[in-house]
Amino acid sequence: MLSKRIIPCLDVRAGLLTKGIRFENNIDLGDPVEAARHYYEQGADEIVFYDITASSEGRDILIDVVRRVAQEIFIPFSVGGGLRTVEDMRRVILAGAEKISVNSEAVKNPALIEEGAGAFGSQCVVLGMDVKKVEASAKIPSGYEVVIHGGRIFTGMDALRWAREAERLGAGEICLNSIDADGTQDGYEIDLTALISTHVGIPLIASGGAGRPEHLLEVLTRGRADAALIASMVHYRTYTVAEIKDFLSNRGVKVRRAW
Amino acid sequence: MIGIIDYRAGNLTSVARALQKLGQPCRITDDPAVLGEATHLIFPGVGAAGEAMAHLQGKGLDRWIRQWVRQGKPLLGICLGTQVIFDHSEENDTPCLGILKGSVRRFPAGLEKDGLPLKIPHMGWNEVRFKNHPVFAGLPKGAEFYFVHSYYPAPADEGSIIGTVEYGLTFCAAVAQGNLVAVQFHPEKSGNPGLAILANFCRWRGNDAQ
Repeated sequence: MLSKRIIPCLDVRAGLLTKGIRFENNIDLGDPVEAARHYYEQGADEIVFYDITASSEGRDILIDVVRRVAQEIFIPFSVGGGLRTVEDMRRVILAGAEKISVNSEAVKNPALIEEGAGAFGSQCVVLGMDVKKVEASAKIPSGYEVVIHGGRIFTGMDALRWAREAERLGAGEICLNSIDADGTQDGYEIDLTALISTHVGIPLIASGGAGRPEHLLEVLTRGRADAALIASMVHYRTYTVAEIKDFLSNRGVKVRRAW
Repeated sequence: MIGIIDYRAGNLTSVARALQKLGQPCRITDDPAVLGEATHLIFPGVGAAGEAMAHLQGKGLDRWIRQWVRQGKPLLGICLGTQVIFDHSEENDTPCLGILKGSVRRFPAGLEKDGLPLKIPHMGWNEVRFKNHPVFAGLPKGAEFYFVHSYYPAPADEGSIIGTVEYGLTFCAAVAQGNLVAVQFHPEKSGNPGLAILANFCRWRGNDAQ
């Protein structure tokens, strides 16, 4: 039976991690390659890089980071942030990423999903979506609206409709981020996750709000997520990936234990 | 030197990087003259069966691979490379290389586990139950491997199945026949157990298993 995946997410700006990651001796580790290797050794099932660089020089640095990461870790990893064309995607994939993730770029240009899936296969294309809870309406029947630019811009799109549309366009996976829960460390948005996960036929990665192993247990069971993204709880060394996996395994969640 | 067959199927560099990590010289190429110098051949790939077969035929690699297998030299198939080794794939109803008897089938609709529908593609880490084989020697107990696919191999000769995996149904994750070993998962993306399989393959002479 498939294991639930635990996926550390690393934010990169101009080739460096934006949040210093504190490992042993409280040394800030700013190199994403070192961080990726660290999580790989701890038993991460996959790694996500999210690039928040805007400039083209930053892009070249990112490609170099991807290339170096690919030489160090032998698990899938995905890269997202600012990929606007199939050519952008191709550069990242040729540098060694398994998957690319599109978010606001796909909201502005949904054909990007179709083009990416056509060029590299659906398994390569992850739709990242940022979502905020709103009052249910005729326009937003699910009560969850898609937002972009870190939640500053409401798109008028219903989250559930967009998820299903992205699946139809060829997305192989959805990474669902609750802006309300993001950064709170109070737990994932369980209802939202279960709603989307049970209405699409592709795997769903839950994101936003993880602070304790209990939160992962909840989202991987009641939230019906196939995978869980984690950030602060491992970046600040409160937990290791291995500790989280032990916790989940002891409570009956199937996770990969031998690596 | 390990030859990696380039037939424009997905990102072949990940296999090359894994071999570099293991200190194994390798070449990614579609040139039979270069591949002919290899001691071992890896046939990787991600993508669609129809396009893959068209590229292989366009380069004459279909006949060349059959000949390689007849010569008794070791061949490792990975994912799509494994699928096109069989007679036929249901993906776009594609006739394949026919090196192994059997077909490649799409996961049926409506697969369930504990009353919950299972998602297709089968994407993520899953435990493979292996039989004894030099290429799968020394793996840690309960080792899992990274899969991503919507079609699975169904060998006609069940005796050639050397590894099975469960996802709503039990299917073939690894097959072996003489000098040929083929896996549905991605050893190059399966952490240390995957690297161990690649290292075993590079040491294997291809003639000590039936």
